[in-house]
Amino acid sequence: MTIRSTLRLAGALLAAGAVLLLALYAWLRPAPLALTSAPAPTPSDAVIAAGARVVALGDCMVCHTAGQGPAYAGGFPLRTPFGTIYSTNITPDPETGIGRWSLHAFRRAMREGVSRDGHLLYPAFPYIHYTRMSDRDIDLAYQYLMTRTPVKQAPPANELMFPLNFRPLLAFWNMLYLEPGTAALPASQSTPRERGRYLVNTLGHCASCHSGLNPIGGERRPPFKGGQIDGWDAPDLTALAANAWSHANLVDYLRGGLSPAHGAAKGPMRPVTERLAEVPREDVEAIATYLLSIQAAPSVKPATAPAPTIAPGQALFAAACAACHTEAAPMMRLAGRPSLARSSAVRGDSPANFIQTVLHGIPWQAGSPVYMPPFADTLNDEQVAQLAAYVRINIAAKEDWRGVAATSAKLRKENQP
Amino acid sequence: MTIRVTINGKPHALASDPGTPLLYVLRNELRLNGAKYGCGMGQCGACTVIVDGKPAFSCLTPLAALEGRAVRTVEGLGNVEKPGRLQAAFIKHQAAQCGYCIAGMIMRAQSLLDRIPYPTDAQILAHLEPNLCRCGTHHRILAAVRDAANGGAP
Repeated sequence: MTIRSTLRLAGALLAAGAVLLLALYAWLRPAPLALTSAPAPTPSDAVIAAGARVVALGDCMVCHTAGQGPAYAGGFPLRTPFGTIYSTNITPDPETGIGRWSLHAFRRAMREGVSRDGHLLYPAFPYIHYTRMSDRDIDLAYQYLMTRTPVKQAPPANELMFPLNFRPLLAFWNMLYLEPGTAALPASQSTPRERGRYLVNTLGHCASCHSGLNPIGGERRPPFKGGQIDGWDAPDLTALAANAWSHANLVDYLRGGLSPAHGAAKGPMRPVTERLAEVPREDVEAIATYLLSIQAAPSVKPATAPAPTIAPGQALFAAACAACHTEAAPMMRLAGRPSLARSSAVRGDSPANFIQTVLHGIPWQAGSPVYMPPFADTLNDEQVAQLAAYVRINIAAKEDWRGVAATSAKLRKENQP
Repeated sequence: MTIRVTINGKPHALASDPGTPLLYVLRNELRLNGAKYGCGMGQCGACTVIVDGKPAFSCLTPLAALEGRAVRTVEGLGNVEKPGRLQAAFIKHQAAQCGYCIAGMIMRAQSLLDRIPYPTDAQILAHLEPNLCRCGTHHRILAAVRDAANGGAP
């Protein structure tokens, strides 16, 4: 067989394979569902309140609202390794939102990741978790969203690399990662731990950020071993106990965005805590109970506290940080700020959260006591690295991180808040 | 150890402890008393100066971070006899009540006008957001910045 005829045969086989896959997809493609015309009857206040709780616990608003834009109107950019996906409008606007979606179409989207017209939704929408929501919770979320203020606003077009902008490919991704239906729904939510398991695994979809993604965008197993999102580290949720998180610490942090023992919620976690501040305390306590029940056995690492040095970062710390972050500072004594020696961002294995916080600060927001000014224009990457070395070694008594200046240069360009 | 910094166009070799915030160097060593100590935590903006073209809280800017960089303070814009355009606009509109925030306010506004000579109201409001005025002269401050942007006070 000549090389040319071999190539021809391979080409023909590839083409036949592609045609077969497309035919398979055409056969499996979900059907469009009819638009509703009659407006749904207005639900009772009790139903709307219960729906608000589901939607807050499901973090719908965190992705479906863009910055200071109208609530639930979408357009929020989700930056993934494959490109940028803009969240959709889930207000009841009849043209650009879900105003004419039936409950049936909404349930199918939540359970199967299929839009009303039959196209497949990207798994940035966490249907692989929502699929195990109870019927009651999906219906409540629908009732709540359908009574929001309609906003006419279409999201920008997604910017995804080829071939991922070809949605039918998702059918094959779904074969790997979607187990549709309620099969894995916990039989009972009667104990706080079972309720917490449902809130963490299903509604809260914590694994979406805290598990990390493999090269094709599937969540890594086992779950909750930590991931990266928008240039921030999402910490290992099975190492909370090893890092001295108590139940009370977790409840404070998740509800108020601030644990006096560990630090403030920052980056993508901050809006999550804002939503959890709206739900009954017992739900957040259940989340904390479940999280503390899935802790890995602490690994025994020899404590190798490096000897403190008179580092160049000491001068930077004295001028830029000490006014708030030394033990004697009024912000520490009066306002319950954590010591940097115990801060999660300082103790983390990677410097990402430390660098993000130093560069971009924590923006002031009405209603929150948490604020830190940004230092991106004050400190260069080398100085951020010197500061990191001083804080890690002299304050937290841990080994310095590697590659801080390079990471700082990278994060400075990305993720402007 | 000295740190070389250009301040209002003039080179300085500063021998203070490198852990000193810029504000203290300006006020105590160089007697440039325009920038004020307000909160000391980057929350009020009274200490704002311009470092390499960008607004900075001088109370949190380490001298150690300033080697080779350029600082502008309100004294660099003009003086009592010959106020700069933005300073003249603040005087024309009587934008100060107690005046404590004004040097910082002017420097933050100046950094905007340097970058965007004809800002919209929305741009001015967003840019001045970090600076607080406890007397409530914001309408006059806005009028002064708008005026300076459109050609300046007489």
